[in-house]
Amino acid sequence: MSEEPEPAAGTFRAEARDWLRAHVPAGPQPSVDTAEGFEWHRAWERELAAARLSVVSWPAAYGGRDVSLLDWLAFEDEYYAAAAPVRVGQNGIFLLGPTLLGHGSSEQQARLLPPMARADEIWAQAWSEPDAGSDLAAIRARAERADGGWLLSGTKTWSSRAAFADKAFGLFRCDPAADVDPATARHRGLIYLMFSLRADGVTVRPIRQLGGGTGFAEIFLDEVFVPDADVIGEPGDGWRIAMSTAGHERGLSLRSPGRFTAAAERLTGLWRQASGPAGTAAADRVADAWIAARAYRLHTYATAARLAAGGTLGAEASLGKVFWSELDVALHETALDLLGPQAEIAGLDGPDGRWLGGYLFALAGPIYAGTNEIQRTVIAERLLGLPR
Amino acid sequence: MSLSRQAEQEAFAGSLHSLMSAADVTAAARRWADQDHSAGLALWLRLAGTGATALAVPEKHGGLGASLADVMIACEEAGHHSLPGPVAESLAAVPVLLSGLAAEPSAAAWLPLLAAGDLIATLALPPQRPYAADAGPAGLTLLVQDDTVWLAAPGISHRSVDPARRLWEVDGRELLAHGPAVTAAAGRAAEAGTLACAAQLLGAGRALLELSVQHARQRAQFGRPIGSFQAVKHRLADVALALEFARPLVAEAAAALNGNRATAARDTSAAKVAATDAAHLAARAALQVHGAIGYTQELDLHLWLTKVQALANAWGSQAGHRARVLAALAADEASA
Repeated sequence: MSEEPEPAAGTFRAEARDWLRAHVPAGPQPSVDTAEGFEWHRAWERELAAARLSVVSWPAAYGGRDVSLLDWLAFEDEYYAAAAPVRVGQNGIFLLGPTLLGHGSSEQQARLLPPMARADEIWAQAWSEPDAGSDLAAIRARAERADGGWLLSGTKTWSSRAAFADKAFGLFRCDPAADVDPATARHRGLIYLMFSLRADGVTVRPIRQLGGGTGFAEIFLDEVFVPDADVIGEPGDGWRIAMSTAGHERGLSLRSPGRFTAAAERLTGLWRQASGPAGTAAADRVADAWIAARAYRLHTYATAARLAAGGTLGAEASLGKVFWSELDVALHETALDLLGPQAEIAGLDGPDGRWLGGYLFALAGPIYAGTNEIQRTVIAERLLGLPR
Repeated sequence: MSLSRQAEQEAFAGSLHSLMSAADVTAAARRWADQDHSAGLALWLRLAGTGATALAVPEKHGGLGASLADVMIACEEAGHHSLPGPVAESLAAVPVLLSGLAAEPSAAAWLPLLAAGDLIATLALPPQRPYAADAGPAGLTLLVQDDTVWLAAPGISHRSVDPARRLWEVDGRELLAHGPAVTAAAGRAAEAGTLACAAQLLGAGRALLELSVQHARQRAQFGRPIGSFQAVKHRLADVALALEFARPLVAEAAAALNGNRATAARDTSAAKVAATDAAHLAARAALQVHGAIGYTQELDLHLWLTKVQALANAWGSQAGHRARVLAALAADEASA
């Protein structure tokens, strides 16, 4: 694959491209952070699902097509090149889905994956808490044993999509004995479970983000009942399972290169149009952003080839997470620089109107999925071997 | 690239690494700096034994006719060990140039000698590359002017910031080849040399990171290894990131050059920009992490620090390479 970064249009890539060209809505797409916009995006997900294009890498039994990692990357290339809508279901299909495929029971897979693929159930994440951000193992929200299940109490926050989503998944502390000595035992005694955001005892408070939208929310839980059937893996094994999800998030599945390749193409287009001094002043940054987007693409394809051959992705995922998040900021900052006085206009008409919102979104990249500071420490300690 | 192919390349890099790890390359580089080239040339001959000098030479001229990807692996390992001598020239640019002119018997005659390691070669390509690096110890020096290639003689030399390297002004003495074939071959040679330089920088950057990590693990201040401090960790993590994402650009440009793709010049420049930036970041971090001892010639570290500085502009400036990427992007509506 790395010999040829632009694979010849294979049948699957060609099919995806043709379908997207025919179906991606023309004109402005509503914000995903309003009730109406959320449902607009749900309808789009259903259209994708009807064409069996919503979860192409999943098994066919759950709505996918069993395509290889490389074909999944091809789909992503085409998806972003077509400027298709934000994936409102991405917490589910890219994070929880792979976790269920890896750690869930066959009953859970059969029950939860098809509605996830069809966007009948859209999922939010419930990891962080007010006192547990980068230090996720410091979570305090509890799951207490009840008849046939668990009772959840506590607060989750920065929960992406929670304002309008149907369900959520996350980590809770299930073994009071395990946090007697937090220094040694805090990664133990955690349980990974799923709950309905409409259940009794759940209160959701949408939070206005930097750009004004309510992309995340705070979730208050007061003795919310969760049946045993909605526990993933064994109680107490939640940390290990969550780390596998975090690996997916940092690594390939959250940010495929198609997103940045498409943005780099739009950026070079913008640069070609820009005339006068602004065009030359930003030229080197355009070159560097384009080079970095290409580097990320080539690196990802090489990684995918390695994974396809049975390799694993460990701490290397941290390299990718830092790189794509900084690349995303650089691409958008450079575009805004080229736009000059128009850069600050919120809701600018036409395709250039996407840069400002995209920039505000990009600014969150170095924070979520493990801050880049945490990732750099992981790189230094686990890849380079520097002492703790 | 297939995984077995990748495994072969890793094995080749590993064999070069073992050979040079056992050979005290830094001592040879220090002697090279003192104008004693014997140990360095002996090392080049041993590298020839692995086939490294034959990679870019066609089979019918006594070489291996390997892909440029393999040539880049040899150049990266040469940079990794701070091998003295005209690496990009002798392993890549000159054999590529002469291969393109092999219809001329007088040009083709040099190829078996290069492949066998009987001599090392260098060249000047004015106006962009006016000096022939290490023409003194080289057994073959070429001068490319427009559509003419000359066998050249070294004239005045200049010390480089890299003590184990000298830059020579050269004069054409004997016509080797002339005509449109030269223009094409010289263009390809310049790309190959540029990419080889990028690979060498990548290797040098990797060595600088390894030396920095080693030092940061051992050097203690305030009762702790300095590598336990977050400021040091994050700086070295940034170096690892830059090197990690420069590497696939070098591999891709090698594939593009090998396949004579229309994107070869753009991809070569992209690789050179990223590799130079990464090596430069590695050098700055290495110097800072080592502190005062790094700022001396007592430590071998300086051999890599100064080589990165020398190579950064040797095959075109960063500004020039960014301009080439931009020219390609300006011309190409669908560039990725």
